[in-house]
Amino acid sequence: MFVRRVIVCVFLVLGLTGLVVTRLVQLQLVNFEYYSAQSQGNRIRVQPLPPTRGLIFDRNGKILAENLPTYQLELTPEQVPDVDDTLRRLAEAGLIDAENLPRLGDLILSHRRFDSIPLRQRLSDTEVARFAVQRPYFPGVEIRARLTRNYPYGPIAAHALGYVSGISAADKKILDPAGYAGTSHIGKVSVERAYEAQLHGEVGHEDVLVNAHGRNMQVLDAESSVPGRDLLLTLDIEAQIVAEQALDGRRGAVVGIVPSSGEILVFASAPSFNPNAFSGGLTPSQFQALQEDSNQPLFNRALSGQYPPGSTIKPMLALAALEQGTLDPATRIICRGFYTLPGRSHRYRDWKPEGHGSVDLHVAITESCDTYFYGVANNLGIEAIGRSLRNFGLGSPTGIDMPGESRGLVPSREWKRSEFANPADQVWFPGETVITGIGQGYLLATPLQLAHAVATIATRGKRYQPSMVRGLRDPVTGATEFRQPKLLASDDLTTETSWQLIIDSMVAVMQGPKGTARASGYGSAYSIAGKTGTAQVFSLGPDEEYDEEEIDESKRDHALFIAFAPVENPAIAVAVVVENGGSGSSVAAPIGRQILDTFLGSRPL
Amino acid sequence: MILAYGLEPSVRHGRGGRILQRLHLDGLLLAGIFATLLVGAVVLYSAVGQHTSVMYGQGLRVLIALGIMVAMAQVSPSVIRRIAPWVYGIGIIMLAMVLMAGEVGKGAQRWLDIGVRFQPSEIMKLAVPAVLAWLLHERPLPPSLWLILAMLVMIMAPVAMISLQPDLGTAILIGLTGATVIFLAGIGARYIFAALAIVMASMPVLWYFMHPYQKLRVLTLVNPDSDPLGAGYHIIQSKIAIGSGGIFGKGWLNGSQGQLEFLPERSTDFIFAVAGEEFGLLGAVAILLLYLAVVGRGFYIAATAQDTFSRLLAGSISLTFFFYVFVNSAMVTGLVPVVGIPLPLVSSGGTSMVTLLAGFGILMSIQTHRKLLPR
Repeated sequence: MFVRRVIVCVFLVLGLTGLVVTRLVQLQLVNFEYYSAQSQGNRIRVQPLPPTRGLIFDRNGKILAENLPTYQLELTPEQVPDVDDTLRRLAEAGLIDAENLPRLGDLILSHRRFDSIPLRQRLSDTEVARFAVQRPYFPGVEIRARLTRNYPYGPIAAHALGYVSGISAADKKILDPAGYAGTSHIGKVSVERAYEAQLHGEVGHEDVLVNAHGRNMQVLDAESSVPGRDLLLTLDIEAQIVAEQALDGRRGAVVGIVPSSGEILVFASAPSFNPNAFSGGLTPSQFQALQEDSNQPLFNRALSGQYPPGSTIKPMLALAALEQGTLDPATRIICRGFYTLPGRSHRYRDWKPEGHGSVDLHVAITESCDTYFYGVANNLGIEAIGRSLRNFGLGSPTGIDMPGESRGLVPSREWKRSEFANPADQVWFPGETVITGIGQGYLLATPLQLAHAVATIATRGKRYQPSMVRGLRDPVTGATEFRQPKLLASDDLTTETSWQLIIDSMVAVMQGPKGTARASGYGSAYSIAGKTGTAQVFSLGPDEEYDEEEIDESKRDHALFIAFAPVENPAIAVAVVVENGGSGSSVAAPIGRQILDTFLGSRPL
Repeated sequence: MILAYGLEPSVRHGRGGRILQRLHLDGLLLAGIFATLLVGAVVLYSAVGQHTSVMYGQGLRVLIALGIMVAMAQVSPSVIRRIAPWVYGIGIIMLAMVLMAGEVGKGAQRWLDIGVRFQPSEIMKLAVPAVLAWLLHERPLPPSLWLILAMLVMIMAPVAMISLQPDLGTAILIGLTGATVIFLAGIGARYIFAALAIVMASMPVLWYFMHPYQKLRVLTLVNPDSDPLGAGYHIIQSKIAIGSGGIFGKGWLNGSQGQLEFLPERSTDFIFAVAGEEFGLLGAVAILLLYLAVVGRGFYIAATAQDTFSRLLAGSISLTFFFYVFVNSAMVTGLVPVVGIPLPLVSSGGTSMVTLLAGFGILMSIQTHRKLLPR
């Protein structure tokens, strides 16, 4: 029985082998002429010519990203008498790391003998000189120049520009492999990523005749590569430097916008990182250190950080209430330091425990009276608040030309129903509307959204999509294609008198005798409208006092500030967020003032 | 040729035969293996571009694998039978560990790092046929339907886990290995046809679960020119290499496809194309005949083995070895899709060499541990 099975197996084996032999006969006997001709045709090799990456300039033509020739050490095995000995002597000369010897040995084996294999990148001038002296002792080893992305300002504006590094497996999935033949680096985040297609350029190729040993003999045909286009940014690098110095490494963000066009002037996120380290090749441990840093230097706070807007939301809520007719600007309330919902005992406390006394809308914004705005929010209702805040671009991405933008959060009853799994959590409580009045609770906005919102106040309702890039320039012809400002749709219902009322109050914040940011508005050569915000990161119990000295740094309030200037003809709108910075008026507003001074300081009013 | 195998060891060999018998080695099988390894070394030397250091590495691996083969040959079949279920169980656990480690790493993971890195799926190549043979040992053959179902479950468990790694090629081979045991156990023809029908019917389902790159490989088999620089490149270049070799080949170290490196993976999966280019139709057929000799000796050992376990295991190891040869040569000549299966004993690479020679060690053990029964 078993032997019979084995005999069946023998026939199966012979049959399948016969199949392969038949196929071999077909390929090697019947179609020999065809494949022989094909094999001859394989003497022509197509080599890709990678394009040069486009440069990046700031709005005044200062270069922010360039391609610098750097020197690398290369070895061609077939010209080297003894590869192992050469490597060992290179290590002795201090040109390569002795630790890398086994890896380099493998690398050389995995290449063809006539290939030029890079042993080390980014040699210093001293190392180049040291090698030049010893060159006669190293036949087959050469120094070659190649282009490496360089950011002359280093960590300044790194979050705006992004960085390039080696093409990853994830990148490969979305790339056209033919277009990236010969390209080693790709834009990873921010502008370098968003404009990858324009910056990269088009790959060229040369058809090379190879001899029997595969060595290049003659270039038969070549199509040169097309360099990538240069990016002209809206960014002002001088102001960017001021912003990053003002943030001084504290976690936070500064965004400056031209209100009448949406052009981004300043886009700072701190702490920052050095993008040059990425283009030079980061070791895994260096990358891990960046990722594990508790200050998250790789996190783009300006674009993706979501913060409770705090009191900076008050001007927008006041506009909403005026538009809805739920607020009379002249009506005064008496602020005793807390607010209660009708028929309830829970006290919503004002930041000023003794209260602001008799308060109308102007005073409520100028002195940032919480009690007043608890009432404004409660009278408006959460749905009307949401509709109105969305007209300022909150709750959805602004559409800036950078990947990875956060949408922020404008809460609604429906949002709460879908967000929470537990039915008890799905109900919208009136108290949640009340605290939205001072920009707390679920409400979240990115620094970019806040800058966009205050720019919208500056233009009195006209929203322009924020943009980083002003134009694309062809590096060969110099022809530049400029981008037009994009006006975003919004319900333009607010009356001129309402705008005027709110903007006047914001001017009083900066320059009125009792304004919360009067210290930062003092002595400016131009008029400023602004609003401070101090956002709670955690809730205090009913009897607890907020004492900055006593609590953990990560639980301290976020400091916020929004402003635009000059009031009559706004040239810049700015938003500042300092994480756990403390109070908006003492920490965030001075940074905002420095930015405004950079642009307007020297100009007389 | 088959007749020659039938002679008793004592008649076949003189003194040398007795030494081999004492070492529990089978002379004919050993000769076939050495001949194949030698031819393989000649082809590999050309395929790696005459880098002697690569050859040293391969030589070292072969020596280690031969040592393991000799060691396996010393273990008597009854011991192998008793430990088979344990090895199988440990193999399943290690596969699960690899899968979990792979979850964390979010990528293809076949290696298990326990001091030395090795692939648990390699163990299963021998553990699966051994555990099935253990299951059938001392049971009436052909097996009952329930037993067949139990065996199918024992095959499918590792196959599913390995295809999730994802390593479709190895999964298919292990599935085939299991199927050879069931086939050798003597199930009825109607079961075989039913199984074939089920396999055919499940093709569309399988297609649905395939990774995009796997689908691409199947599609490029049908029409390699659809993507000549992408997925079809391997098949096109391999066919050019073999076809341009003609009857006598271009000569050793003279194959332009291989030497100019148009042929990808020429030292591993596509090494048969290098042989076809440099040694032509005659050389390629000669290599296939060498393999047939080894497989034939394996079948002889299976046919003359003394118990069910030994018969089934020896038959399965021999037949699986042939499937390696067939799948690789059929893939290189464009008959079946590209699945990453190396040419046994020839392709450069470590783990599969060890598994193969360990399998031959088991064959030798079965052949040399026979009790002298009255005939």
